[in-house]
Amino acid sequence: MAVDPIDYRAYMDSDHKVYVDVNETRTRDGKLIPHSFVWEDGREYEVDGVTDVRNAASLKAGGAGVRYTVKVRNREAYMYLEEDQGVSKWFMERK
Amino acid sequence: MRTVLHADMNNAYASIEMLHHPKLRGHPVAVGGSVEQRHGIILARNYEARPYGIRVGQALWEAREKCPGLIIVPPDYGKYLRFSRLFRGILSEYSPQVEPFGLDESWVDVTGVLWRYGSGERIADEIRARVKSELGITVSVGVSFNKVFAKLGSDMKKPDATTVITEENYRDVVWPVPASELLGVGRSTGRKLHRYGIRTIGDIARCEPALLQSWFGKWGLFLWTYANGLDASPVHETGGESVVKSVGNSTTAPRDLEDEGDCHIVFQNLAESVAERMRDLGLMARTVEISLRASDLSWCTRQRALGTPTHISTELCDTAMCLLREHYSWEKPLRGVGIRGTDLVPIGSPWQVSLFRDAGRREKLEQMEFVVDGIRHRFGHFSVSRALLMTDSKLGRLDAKAEHTIHPVGYDVPAKL
Repeated sequence: MAVDPIDYRAYMDSDHKVYVDVNETRTRDGKLIPHSFVWEDGREYEVDGVTDVRNAASLKAGGAGVRYTVKVRNREAYMYLEEDQGVSKWFMERK
Repeated sequence: MRTVLHADMNNAYASIEMLHHPKLRGHPVAVGGSVEQRHGIILARNYEARPYGIRVGQALWEAREKCPGLIIVPPDYGKYLRFSRLFRGILSEYSPQVEPFGLDESWVDVTGVLWRYGSGERIADEIRARVKSELGITVSVGVSFNKVFAKLGSDMKKPDATTVITEENYRDVVWPVPASELLGVGRSTGRKLHRYGIRTIGDIARCEPALLQSWFGKWGLFLWTYANGLDASPVHETGGESVVKSVGNSTTAPRDLEDEGDCHIVFQNLAESVAERMRDLGLMARTVEISLRASDLSWCTRQRALGTPTHISTELCDTAMCLLREHYSWEKPLRGVGIRGTDLVPIGSPWQVSLFRDAGRREKLEQMEFVVDGIRHRFGHFSVSRALLMTDSKLGRLDAKAEHTIHPVGYDVPAKL
């Protein structure tokens, strides 16, 4: 009896990766500062500060990029900048 | 003392897919070509798939038979190229001498920074830790005093491990390894060595160099120096960018190719894609290679040097057809064919004008192909097409460039140091 091969597409989505719109400033010396982002529920959150910037992978969301550790409403969160061939997208981790 | 690292991303394609798609983790996963179609092979597999006997190069149907639960993901070269670039970016922070060997492996000469780290092993460990945290995948690193042993070292312990091969320990570590593992020993050399009773790298090392030379010519002497740790080839600086060594396209045809006419259609199609990609890269080929796969899956490649370097599709196709006529007797139909331009030189390199060819006409052909590129960029691949390709709707309608663009970073070029 032939068994249907497993469809890889069922494994392709991530429960924890959320691409977000970000309001940001690119400074004249090349620094990138995120000011706020719009979460998937449509609410906008202010970024109160960036405490660390480094290259990092997110095993949870599934991806890699420049990781910004940010303060949002007194909590710490990660924002990842995923750059590929001139296109940059921000993603964050869903709980 | 020279210190060379060889860093190898473990199961690169599969690892990159597992990083991006967390739901794949814990399942047997393979990356395989063209799942939807009747052909395709395993390009990479994860450690979960290994106990089932899934190996790189296996046909997809065979892999599915061995492991019905295997999840086969189609390759996403854009993603792999990005990771390859990021990987080399990390390596190039340690040395300007980074020489890629395929997308997922590189040599790094760290002799110049040893004073800062104390040892090659410490650099290797740091690189492993960084790639793991920054890219989310594991690497194996070999550390040694030459490129050959460094590469051998990176294959010894996997995943996520450092192997050090020194002048003191190489006889104990390297010599017991099967001869087939040595860089430069391919399948046929391996078989021949076996026939002569040479089983391990140590056997090669202890062999009379003259004897090896009588069996393999100059290559025999290379093998002897490799086995004895005497390889002195430098790690080439490539500026972090991979050097394209060949541009090729191959395809399994939608139906078996029965005669030269069928082949001509497919070759023309592939030649256009190869020529267009060479023009995109600003390169011309001095050698054309064809690959032929018969319906019984037997396969061969044949090549010919060109008098004049070219990126003109008709010239590539004509050469391919010549090779086909000379080397294929049509005992069986062909299942697939490929064309590759190798021995590449930049456009604008000087070339010898032939007395027997009309250089003016050639220039016109060149210009015409650039015009066709322009039309296709603006209006799509099928906006302009050769009449030949319309004689068979099935064989002719294949946008080879869009469907098969794989940047070959000297991938299938045999290892020569």
